[in-house]
Amino acid sequence: MTTVSLLDVGQQGRAAAMPGPGTKAGYVACRGNGGCGLSLLVAEVHCGACIRRIESRLSREPAVELVRLNLSTRRLDVRWHGTADFADEIIAMLAGLGYEASPYVAEALVERDRATESTLLKALAVAFFAASNVMMLSWAVWVGHDGGMGQGTRAFFHWMSALIAVPSIVYAGTPFFASAWSAVRRARTNMDVPISLGVILTAAMSLAETVRGGPHVYFDGALSLLFVLLLGRYLDQQVRAKARSAVQNLAILAARPVSVIGDDGRSRATPADLVKSGELVLAAAGERIGVDGVVIAGHSSVDTSLINGESAPKPVTKGDQVFAGTLNLLSPLSILAQAAGASTVLSDIIRLVEAAEQKRGRFVALADRTVRWYTPVVHVLAASTFVGWLLLMEAGWQVALVNAVSVLIIACPCALGLAVPVTQVVAASRLMRAGLLLKSETALERLASIDTILFDKTGTLTLAQPVLSEHPDDAEILRLASGLAAASRHPLAVAIRNAIPDAPMLDYVQEVPGFGLSWNGPHGEVRLGSAAWCQIEPSLDSHAEAWLVSPGSPPRRFSFATELRPGAVETVAALRRSGYRLAIISGDRSETVGDIAAAVGIADWHAGVSPREKIARVERLLQAGRRVLMVGDGINDAPALAAATASLAPAEAADVAGRAADCVWLGRSLASVPMLLRTARQARAIVIQNIGFSFVYNAAWIPVAMAGIVTPWIAALAMSASSLAVTFNALRLNLSMRGEA
Amino acid sequence: MDVLLVLVPIALALGTLGLFAFFWAIKGGQYEDLQGAAERILYDEDPPNQKEI
Repeated sequence: MTTVSLLDVGQQGRAAAMPGPGTKAGYVACRGNGGCGLSLLVAEVHCGACIRRIESRLSREPAVELVRLNLSTRRLDVRWHGTADFADEIIAMLAGLGYEASPYVAEALVERDRATESTLLKALAVAFFAASNVMMLSWAVWVGHDGGMGQGTRAFFHWMSALIAVPSIVYAGTPFFASAWSAVRRARTNMDVPISLGVILTAAMSLAETVRGGPHVYFDGALSLLFVLLLGRYLDQQVRAKARSAVQNLAILAARPVSVIGDDGRSRATPADLVKSGELVLAAAGERIGVDGVVIAGHSSVDTSLINGESAPKPVTKGDQVFAGTLNLLSPLSILAQAAGASTVLSDIIRLVEAAEQKRGRFVALADRTVRWYTPVVHVLAASTFVGWLLLMEAGWQVALVNAVSVLIIACPCALGLAVPVTQVVAASRLMRAGLLLKSETALERLASIDTILFDKTGTLTLAQPVLSEHPDDAEILRLASGLAAASRHPLAVAIRNAIPDAPMLDYVQEVPGFGLSWNGPHGEVRLGSAAWCQIEPSLDSHAEAWLVSPGSPPRRFSFATELRPGAVETVAALRRSGYRLAIISGDRSETVGDIAAAVGIADWHAGVSPREKIARVERLLQAGRRVLMVGDGINDAPALAAATASLAPAEAADVAGRAADCVWLGRSLASVPMLLRTARQARAIVIQNIGFSFVYNAAWIPVAMAGIVTPWIAALAMSASSLAVTFNALRLNLSMRGEA
Repeated sequence: MDVLLVLVPIALALGTLGLFAFFWAIKGGQYEDLQGAAERILYDEDPPNQKEI
C-alpha cells in the first residue's frame, strides 16, 4: 500500500482535478495511478453507531480502499481507485444512510492546528522523558553528596545527565526558543524570552560544570521547567483548536459551489468567487444563491432573512434583483450574474465585519499586558545581579552567573504560562459540555466585563422556522392540508407538514410561487395558500396565515407564529435579575419585533435596523462606556457581532455570523447564556488571583535570589511549588461549578 | 558500582524505545481522534477493506 495520505494528495491534486458537471468531483484529489481521495464533512455524526454505519457501508464497495471517520472533527476521509465521479456515488450512499456531506475545504487550517498539536505533544513527551530520567540521576547525586559517592561516579552521572538533557532541551525548547527569537529580532519581548534565557543559561552553566567536573549541575531544573510550561501550552492549544475546528465545520457547511451554465448549455460547479459578471447561474430550489444578479427565468420565493432579518419569504420573478446568501425556496431560478465574490452585498457586509474585528483585535489579554512590562523588569534585575556580584562583591563570574540564573528561574512567569491556560481549559471544557464553544482566546476576559446585552430577534430569541399556531379542528381537513403542504418548501407549508407529519402525501400538487398550492381531488380543485390565492378577504390579523378551500366546505384558516426559543423568557428574566441591561435590535418589521419583545419582556426594542445601523448602535453604546454583548445569527448581525465587546451566535447561524462571533452555542435553548457570563466572571477572578499570587511570590523570592542565598535547585523547587499552587487554584473553577451541572 | 555502567544505559535505551513508540503513535494519527477510538473499540467485527491510515 502506498503511504500517500489523503491530505498530501489534497494539496497537490486540487488544482489539477477537473470539476465534473454539477458534482462534488471538483473537490476530489486524484493521483496518477488511478486512485482518488476525498475529504468530507459529515455534520450529523455523533456516536459510535454513526462511525460503524458509515464505515461499514462504504467499505463494502469494492472500489473503496480506505474509509476513516474522525469523530472529533466529523471529517470523513475516503480513498478509492477509479474515477473522480465516484465521489457522487459516495455522497449518494451517505445520503441513503441519512447523512448530508459537504466537501471539507478548510482543511489547510485544520492541518496547521494538527501540526502544532503534534509538535507540542512530541516536545512534551521528550521533556517528560528527559526530566524524569535526569531527575533520577540527580537524586542519586544529591544523596551521594553525603554518602561518599566517588568523584568518578558523580562525573559519570553528570555526563549521563548532560547526554540526555542537552538534545532534549534543544528539541523540547524549540517552541519557546523560536517564539522568543522572533520577538527579540523585532526588538520586542514576550514571555518566552525569560523562559528561553533561563533554560539556555542553566543548561550552558551545567554543561560547563560537567566539563569542569564541578559538584553542581542543574539540568533537572531546566527540564522540569520546560515540561511544566509545555504542558500549559499544550492544554491551551487543545482547547483553541477544538473550538476553532467546530466553527470551521459550520463555515464549511455553507461553502457550496455555484452552478454556472456554460456556452454549451451544460452546468458546471464553480467556486462562487470565480463567477464573472454576465454569466448565467442556476439556483436550484432549496439552494443558497451564490451571486448578486437579476432573475431572467423562473419565479420563486426567496428567504432573505440572512441578509436583512426579514422573516417572511419574498416572492421573486423575472426582472427582480436577488442577492448572494439568500435562500431560493420553491423552484429553480436562472440568474444573470452582476456581481460575484468580492463585489456582492454579502462581501460588503463581510468587509464591515473585518473592519470591526480589527478594532477588537487590539484587545490584549490580561496575561500579555502583564508580561509586557514584567519581562524587562526581570531581565534588568537578573543583569544587575550578575553585574553586582561580579563588580561589587568581586565574586567569580561563575558565582555571579549562578545567582543571575537563579533570579531568572525564580521570576519565571509560570503563573502566567501555566495557570492562565489551565483556567482557560477548565472554563472552556466546562462550557463545551454545556454546548458553548469559545473561539477567541480573549473571549472569556471580554465576556466577564459585559454590562449590556443586545439581542437580534430572528433565529436568536425566536427559532427561524414558524410553527402552526391556530388551525381548524377537523382531522380530515388537517390531513388534506398536510398532504398538499408536503409538496412545497415554503416555510408555512413546512410548518403545516411538521404539525401533522403522518398524513399521506398527495400526488400532482401544483405550486404557484408567491401564491400557493392546488390539487385536483375527487370532488374538485383544492387550494392551499394566501387569501388572494383562495379568492377570499384576508383577515386583518398581523400573523402570517394560510387558507384552505375545498369544494363543498367553507374556507379554513391556518395561522402561524414564530416560536420563541426554549428558555428565552427565563433567560431574559435571569439576565435582568443579574443586572444586565437588555435590548433587541432587529431588521424585521416592527409588529413582529414588538410581539416578541413583549413576550420575552424586553422594553427597549428597535425594528427595521440595517446592518450599518446595527454596527452604529453598538459603537454608540461602546463610546458611552458600555460593554456590549451582541447575540445574533444572521449575516446582517455579523458586523455588529464583530464590533461588540463580545458576541455570541447559535450554531445554525450563517457562516459569516459564526465567524464573527467569539462564542457559538449548540442546541435550541438560550439557557446557556447566563452560565456563559457567570463562568467568564469566575475565570477572570481566578486569573487575577493567580497573577496577584505570582507577584507576591516574586516579590518575596527575587530579593533572596539576588542575595545569592538560593541555588538554582531551590529556585526550581520554589518555582514548581508556585506552579502547583496556581494550577490548583484554577481547578477550583471546576469545583465551584460542579453543583450547577 | 561498575554495574551502573551497564544498567543506566540499558534503562535509558528502554526509555528511548518508549519515546520512539510514542512518536510513531503520534505520526500514525492515533492521538487525533480519541473520541472515535473510544467508540470504535466496541465494534464486534472488523470491517472489510479497512487498512491503517
